[in-house]
Amino acid sequence: MNQIIRDQSIVETDYQIVTEVSDPGIKGQILPMNALLEHIASLSGRRDLGVWLDADEDVEELEVHLDQIDVIALNFPMYNDGRALSSANILRRRYGFEGEIRAIGDVRRDQLEQMQRCGFNAYSMAEGQDVAASLNGLKGFSHSYQAAIDRTEPLFRSR
Amino acid sequence: MYQYDEYDQRIIEERVAQYRDQTERFLAGEIPEDEFKDLRLRNGLYIQRLAPMLRIAIPYGLISSTQLRKLAHITRHYDRGYGHFTTRQNLQLNWPELEEVPDILEELASVQMHAVQTSGNCIRNVTTDQYAGVARDERADPRPWAELIRQWSTFHPEFNWLPRKFKIAVSASEQDRVAVQVHDIGVLLSENHGQPGFRILAGGGLGRTPVVGSVICDFLPQEHLLTYLEAALRVYNRYGRRDNKYKARIKILVRAMTPEVFAEKVDQEWQTLRDGPQTLTQSEIDRVQGFFTTPAYESSNDDPDVLTHALESDFAFKAWHTRNVKAHKQPGYAIANIALKTTGVAPGDVTDEQLEAIADIADEYSFGEVRITHEQNVTLADVRQADLYALWHRLVDHELAAANLGLLTDMICCPGGDFCSLANAKSIPVAEAIQREFDDIDYLYDLGDLHINISGCMNACGHHHVGNIGILGVDKKGEEWYQISVGGAANENAAIASILGPSFAREEVPAVIRNILTEYLDKRDGDEAFIDTFNRIGVQPFKDKVYRQ
Repeated sequence: MNQIIRDQSIVETDYQIVTEVSDPGIKGQILPMNALLEHIASLSGRRDLGVWLDADEDVEELEVHLDQIDVIALNFPMYNDGRALSSANILRRRYGFEGEIRAIGDVRRDQLEQMQRCGFNAYSMAEGQDVAASLNGLKGFSHSYQAAIDRTEPLFRSR
Repeated sequence: MYQYDEYDQRIIEERVAQYRDQTERFLAGEIPEDEFKDLRLRNGLYIQRLAPMLRIAIPYGLISSTQLRKLAHITRHYDRGYGHFTTRQNLQLNWPELEEVPDILEELASVQMHAVQTSGNCIRNVTTDQYAGVARDERADPRPWAELIRQWSTFHPEFNWLPRKFKIAVSASEQDRVAVQVHDIGVLLSENHGQPGFRILAGGGLGRTPVVGSVICDFLPQEHLLTYLEAALRVYNRYGRRDNKYKARIKILVRAMTPEVFAEKVDQEWQTLRDGPQTLTQSEIDRVQGFFTTPAYESSNDDPDVLTHALESDFAFKAWHTRNVKAHKQPGYAIANIALKTTGVAPGDVTDEQLEAIADIADEYSFGEVRITHEQNVTLADVRQADLYALWHRLVDHELAAANLGLLTDMICCPGGDFCSLANAKSIPVAEAIQREFDDIDYLYDLGDLHINISGCMNACGHHHVGNIGILGVDKKGEEWYQISVGGAANENAAIASILGPSFAREEVPAVIRNILTEYLDKRDGDEAFIDTFNRIGVQPFKDKVYRQ
């Protein structure tokens, strides 16, 4: 049982967060960034890696490895800590990362809409959050003033 | 002024619906208290000492008569018939019911108003000059830029959970009337070889660690404003401290990195955004500038007979005119200020009837618009000089004719311990005690321009650090004491005031102020302003005077 929201629906995920790494080569692991970078040489042929970053870790460190990564999970230590929103923006906009960007940690319904705008497409909801009801949290505003990842043009360009 | 189109209206209505849903889920127990606190703060709703407090946004202080009447209705229907203008040019209600806030927001939306981002760790209401568009020393009208920043920052998905609150001010004049140097980001209209743009400051702020901002960009061409702001906010969002709320403002980051390194980081980030989709188009600049046009002025001359006669014959009017009326760029017109600093009324407070009176007066004499100032006063920006005497009579009828703009009794004052749950001490009674002590109008006029700013705690909502005389409420073993500082300034020569020494009991404060003023009057050179005397003689003579007594 590991349900997440991905691309607007509730799905079972094959990728699991790992905190203690025994064998980095096992498929379906989302490794801590340090572990991934440490073992990257032994994972050179792989194109299906998963990695997670804490809010104070820089996504820039992943830049040269992104073509090997399928899933990047960004941790929200608290729902009101917005650092991972910037990390997601950089991954999508600056690096053009097209894999899954998953919100993990204290992920709550009322934050989903902003996460989606910043480039997240998957959400592992915090304990106690009603996953089905949380889908409503993805319903955003009809228009947005500013350019972001979901709407790449600001409103003024269509006025 | 800016008028909503169908997009703006839809966005604001959807926000009301979203907040109504959040309130209902909170009341149903589906959202925990701590989380709902953050959600309601993004709509300006605090839970205060005695009741909730709702902070309604007045973007860059500009408001129409229709909107004023709506505010009057809201204070009457949902509150206790009065409101409080703040240093961010907003209006606070002191007694709304949490359950009714969605209805209040719906009423506001019906007149293109809201409470968006008036609190919380996000980009707050952008402020600008209350004399925008009419000041003689203005480079260009700053309001279109404030509006563009307002739109860009509204519901910015990435910057809704910053380390701490974030305040942006825009200034376009030589004389700084918006305290631009003590903002997280200050935007100064500028030009370079005829090309319009901005000088950008960062890292200014008040609060626990007052700092004057540093220049991080000498010249930014105008079309890049929003991409540059995005870059600066991203650097702050990522690297600003989150472990200690007292060290979380951008000023701490800028200081820790040094302004040069911070500027470099912002520039690196900006290079990835530069010329991207958020780059302003000329048609958007034109569209927004098109809302801030010159009103249909009548052609007339300065100093019409009717004004000259009134000034000669009516001393009370002359006093008001001397202090409260400012020069206008259009011949025959004047800027008239309503000082909300009547003794016995909390600074910045207005009643529902006064709000309606101001609306009527604005319709009759100033093209139906007014501006709220960061000094908690109201500006009628476009009054015919020939109408000033009639306008003044109307103000007198509604107890809005206090003739003390810029004088010692025109204090900036936070709500303090009477309302605010953060405060260490009361501030309103201190302001009143000072107003009562200094009730001799000749003495006040002789003192001239002098700013006293009062905050009830270190959060500095009353801007005490940049008052010529600053008063800060502190808590000493459960008792309210007041620390006095001297020499601050919020203008183009911004300075942080120097603390005199040990704090005083509340009843001692008026006498301490008296001593400071006596020292000033003894030492001033000709008609030198208080701040100039201070800058010449320093803090020591004031210390000696105050503590020797």
